[in-house]
Amino acid sequence: MKPDMKSGMKQDTGKEPILRVDKVSKAFGGIQALNGVSFEVNEGEILGIIGPNGSGKTTVVNCITGFIKKTSGRIFFRGTDISDKPPHKIADMGITRTFQIMRPYYTLPAYKNLVIPLFSPRAKRTGGWRGGGKLGDRNTVSIDILEEIGFERDSYVPYKTASTLPTGYLKRLELARCLALKPEIIICDEVFSGLSMSEIASMVPLIERLQMEGITLIMIEHRLRELFRVANRIMVLNFGEKLTEGSSEEVMADERVKTAYFGSQKVEEVMKHA
Amino acid sequence: MGNNTQRRKERIDRGIKVRADSLYALMSIRELSYLALPRLILIVGMLALPLLMPGMYWQRVITITCIYSLLALSFDFLAHYVGLVSLGGAFFVGVGGYMAAIMNTELGLPPLLTVPLAALVGGGICTLLLLPCLPLRGVYFAIVSLMYPLFVARLIEALDVLGGTDGITGIDSFTNRWAEQYFIIVILLLLLFGVRRLVNTDIGLVLRGVKDNDQAIRASGMNVTLYKAMAVYIASTIGCLGGACLVHIYMWSGISQFALDFSILPIAATVIGGGGTLVGPVLGCLILVPISELLRDFGTLRIVFYALILVAFIIFRSEGIMIYGQRKYQQFERWTRI
Repeated sequence: MKPDMKSGMKQDTGKEPILRVDKVSKAFGGIQALNGVSFEVNEGEILGIIGPNGSGKTTVVNCITGFIKKTSGRIFFRGTDISDKPPHKIADMGITRTFQIMRPYYTLPAYKNLVIPLFSPRAKRTGGWRGGGKLGDRNTVSIDILEEIGFERDSYVPYKTASTLPTGYLKRLELARCLALKPEIIICDEVFSGLSMSEIASMVPLIERLQMEGITLIMIEHRLRELFRVANRIMVLNFGEKLTEGSSEEVMADERVKTAYFGSQKVEEVMKHA
Repeated sequence: MGNNTQRRKERIDRGIKVRADSLYALMSIRELSYLALPRLILIVGMLALPLLMPGMYWQRVITITCIYSLLALSFDFLAHYVGLVSLGGAFFVGVGGYMAAIMNTELGLPPLLTVPLAALVGGGICTLLLLPCLPLRGVYFAIVSLMYPLFVARLIEALDVLGGTDGITGIDSFTNRWAEQYFIIVILLLLLFGVRRLVNTDIGLVLRGVKDNDQAIRASGMNVTLYKAMAVYIASTIGCLGGACLVHIYMWSGISQFALDFSILPIAATVIGGGGTLVGPVLGCLILVPISELLRDFGTLRIVFYALILVAFIIFRSEGIMIYGQRKYQQFERWTRI
């Protein structure tokens, strides 16, 4: 029916991208948050999305995961159109996300936070991470997952109420919640922000390990140095439009990216006006 | 220079509480009885209530208290475990009551059949009607759910259906007053312990997750509306059960079953008893309903006394009796220097 659909089918023969975002636009009233953004994510890679504040990074995530309705454009997951699906259906297919503002279940202990995703239909169907969805005792598996993600098993940390955990643990908990579903794509919305250098240092190997396990990651970040260490490819957004795309060196060498981040005026000119 | 040492109150779990939490509880009579005592007091106390009451009048008060307790239980479950503050208690009672009345008078079913049937079917009807409001949260859901009982009552009045303002009369009562009382008390106890168990199962965890964070539930691939509907079904079934019992007690079903008392009193009981404990609201009803009966002699002045009691509770024990009691039972306090 739609031409995009056909091209999606055609690519079946070659190396088909796991996720294809096609000319997605989103307007909040008069503000064009996204303007015809298109990109592809290949299976098993880590795609970094960067851009100044308000450039539409989180809006991209919200559009892909269905949390907001896009104005126009299509999104394909393994050739299937997921543009109009509700968020829980998209998550059920294996595209999960973390939230920039952490959203744990505050009143529950950390490990009970993972029992909930392990109870979801997807985890029951696929078995969930480490088979936790199929087992009778989800509590045990959730503590295993927490240990894997960096909670000290023998401490009281996994049993603490989520509202008492510090940011570092909450960010991990967000990631663990995604992981419990045994996802195909994890979209990380600023998992490094708000963390100390040592916390990031322990998070980076974790991300790399997830990639080795075959999970595709899309990472939205402001911490560029750490992002460039893990990401295979970088996409730059500015004012809701895709500025450029490529390896980290290519992107950083791009004059337009510098302009987007630092403005076009030279320091002397700014000082003159002041 | 005055006394600069500051002190704070420290709360520490009693040793017996800590031991009773672990496997140790199975090996010792002391820990076992520590765990069982509060439950036994509740069960034995509830079962003994009809025997202790001085006469028919007070036995009737106990049955009505149990019906309010069912509503309070359903309110507490929805508000503290699913995050839906429902003022639809009167709606549940009304729907359950009219369902039982119709089943009894039209189909000739006995009360022992109409009560469970009216609860299950009525719960379904309530859930279907509340389905459009489920995306709402907190106080917004409260406002809309308050509209339902008012709406149905006016509808019956205006259209003169279901007996109109006269209501449906000629409904069978329970076989005798002992059957009536114990039927309701046993149902209340079963539902109370059942709901307490439910909220700690995995499904219960998901429901609590819906309250804490419905976005994260969505991101975990679960349909929030489905779980909310499930919770509303459970709560409205409990409410309808109360309504069905009420109709058989009064042998009459009318639009006064949509009265706001059924929506408001359970909330007051939850405040007094301690929200989120599930037992607390039942205790709250056991206090509030008899008090309201005792104050009946004062005529309209009883509202004043009633309000004073409520205000006193909110000021001095805002956490609720049950939470206070639990703390005293499980922890001891001491002053430590800081």
